Amino acid sequence: MAENIIIELKNVSKHFDQTYAVDNFNLYVKKGEFITFLGPSGCGKTTTLRMIAGFELPTEGQILLNGEDITLLPPYKRPVNTVFQKYALFPHLDVYNNVAFGLKLKRVPEGSKMRRLTTKEIDKKVKNALKIVDLEEYETRDISTLSGGQQQRIAIARAIVNEPEILLLDEPLGALDLKMRKDMQLELKEMHKKLGITFIYVTHDQEEALTLSDTVVVMKDGMIQQIGTPEDIYNEPKNAFVANFIGESNIYSGTVTGDKKVRFINHTFDCVDEFPKNEKVDVVIRPEDVHITKEGEGMASGKIVSKIFKGIHYEYIMMVGRNELVIVDTRNLEVNKTYGFDIEPDGIHIMKKELTANIYNDAYIDKNNRVVISESAFECDITSLVPGSTLDEDGYVLGPDGVRYDFTDADVIATIGLDKIEILDDDEAGIVRGEIVSIIYKGDHYQLTIRTGEDEDFVLDTEYTYDENDLVGLSVKAEDIKLTLKGEAKKYAKK
Amino acid sequence: MRKNKVFSRKILALPYAVFLVLFVLIPLFLIIAYAFTDESGAVTLSNFRTFFSGAHNINTLMFSIFIGLANTAICLLLGYPAAFILAKRNMNFGKATVLLFVMPMWINFVLRTAATRDLLFAMGIKGGEHPYLSTMIGMVYNYLPFVILPLYTTMTKMNYSLIEASYDLGANKVKTFFLTILPMTMPGIVSASTMVFMPTMSSYVISDVMGERKISLIGNSIQLYFDQGLWHIGSLVALIMLLIIAFGSFCTETEEEHTSRGGLW
Repeated sequence: MAENIIIELKNVSKHFDQTYAVDNFNLYVKKGEFITFLGPSGCGKTTTLRMIAGFELPTEGQILLNGEDITLLPPYKRPVNTVFQKYALFPHLDVYNNVAFGLKLKRVPEGSKMRRLTTKEIDKKVKNALKIVDLEEYETRDISTLSGGQQQRIAIARAIVNEPEILLLDEPLGALDLKMRKDMQLELKEMHKKLGITFIYVTHDQEEALTLSDTVVVMKDGMIQQIGTPEDIYNEPKNAFVANFIGESNIYSGTVTGDKKVRFINHTFDCVDEFPKNEKVDVVIRPEDVHITKEGEGMASGKIVSKIFKGIHYEYIMMVGRNELVIVDTRNLEVNKTYGFDIEPDGIHIMKKELTANIYNDAYIDKNNRVVISESAFECDITSLVPGSTLDEDGYVLGPDGVRYDFTDADVIATIGLDKIEILDDDEAGIVRGEIVSIIYKGDHYQLTIRTGEDEDFVLDTEYTYDENDLVGLSVKAEDIKLTLKGEAKKYAKK
Repeated sequence: MRKNKVFSRKILALPYAVFLVLFVLIPLFLIIAYAFTDESGAVTLSNFRTFFSGAHNINTLMFSIFIGLANTAICLLLGYPAAFILAKRNMNFGKATVLLFVMPMWINFVLRTAATRDLLFAMGIKGGEHPYLSTMIGMVYNYLPFVILPLYTTMTKMNYSLIEASYDLGANKVKTFFLTILPMTMPGIVSASTMVFMPTMSSYVISDVMGERKISLIGNSIQLYFDQGLWHIGSLVALIMLLIIAFGSFCTETEEEHTSRGGLW
């Protein structure tokens, strides 16, 4: 098995200034595999690819190629070739010379010496590569006279002609129109089969990733969320982010009520995953896993409130109590009518809830008895640190036993419930301001992640819609911040 | 369709047409006419004979071409790396620094040249003793911005992923420079050369001031002939200059068409 691994990334991290573009990335790729890095923009997928190509050096960690450390090897010494996002063809060279560029620089061993390739050898290889991409007649054409699709093929020919051990593709189809993209996807897959080279592919298009790859690596914020086959990733997403990113999903907060039973949208369903009783979980339902039945039949019922024709099927939105349920069905059903529905146990995907509250481990109390989180001071109930205590006129906490405490600079853990943070449209009005970095729809509400300038995240639930990158203000009522003192209260007693 | 006669194209073009005829076509015609006539007004080729039989004139012409080439080469050698560094830096810093390079152009040309001469004098390089060196320094100083600007413009428009592509395909840094960066910046090099070579050849103020009149370029010759009232031979030299420049433009134009990337500025 070990010999089968062509490239391995060990604890690879890359930071630019203070931010982590890639954080502790661990991955191995098998020889001949088609692996895809998938994630939204800024998730670190391209940076990872560039580190494999040698354009970026990892801040930490190791990259091994066939067991050899290539972490610091310059790109021109690596047996990998890249197909660039915008092709990066040389405008001063014609098609033939673009493809021959790498071959002309190549040295091959002959006896004990290294020699250049002969013109004849180069010619044969270039012609063959152009044949693979179906552009044999274009040798003498100028790059600027080619269409986007043709340029893309030349870029692929220019890379594969060097017979690299790994072909790196950085969103190679991003600039093509939909029809062309579909065609090229099929051709790439064919090419991968024929050439037997390892492909590492980067894309933000989940459909492309699922269509092409043997293995998909889903990334977010520089971290791997899940590695698996397309089927695994689609059917068994590890968390709400993966489920939301891969395909349309209904995501709900649920509670495990018993052995393989989960309750969400006010109904209890059978499921296949085992979780401890009363555990808070995220429940993911794919729209195609909901089967609409006649009213009165099925496990539960709801009213269809919207219908969109999508070509081969309809997409319905059904209100189940206060929750929306997206369903796809090929039948033409009536809007504003109540139907029943069934969900098979294996169609209910349950995952551990990532977060039930915001927990800040490095908060502290300032001299005004406020708690400081992310450099912002929040009013809080400091008497909660000592049961039965009150505040005296000087602002010290007076314990029931008459001991006075001075909690200035005391380290505390602050906990704020997801539903306790108030979001304000005016970003100046709150105690802290931040930018919305993620929005996940959870059936009847949105879960927003708001990142402050200090890189602290506040996660909150809201019924209102916001857009990503919106600047908002946040405030929390004093009684909604739960404080836990680090260490003993005695330490802060005043003598 | 009714045409608006007052603002028709023909009428709008009229002011410039008048200007063109008065200050471009007529003088050009006069230069040609003077070049092929003698003092009595008779058509003759004697001006040609006089010019090309004088070894001094041929030498001046050759020397001017040499100075032009040398200045272009030195400016390119100095300006290319400078422009490359400026283009690679982040935009604001780059722009501010480019301004520093260009700012000398805003100072009056004659004043600037005289100041350069005095500066060199203070440094111990006297124009009278080292006419070639000080002329060369004056030329480079004056024309360097004209090299940096077009090169900088071409380089900021350069697609850096092409450099990465070159590394990716196995070219080391030196090979990447010669196989990728240099060809890509060729339009800038061509514009820069055009903007330095031809004006250098025909300039006479710099060589006069810096070389303390010990150096004679073709520009100096023309000025001298006209000062002495030798209009006919002076016109001929001007015509020869014009043909050299026209030839130069023609050559660079076909070159630019070939690469067709990046304009003059």
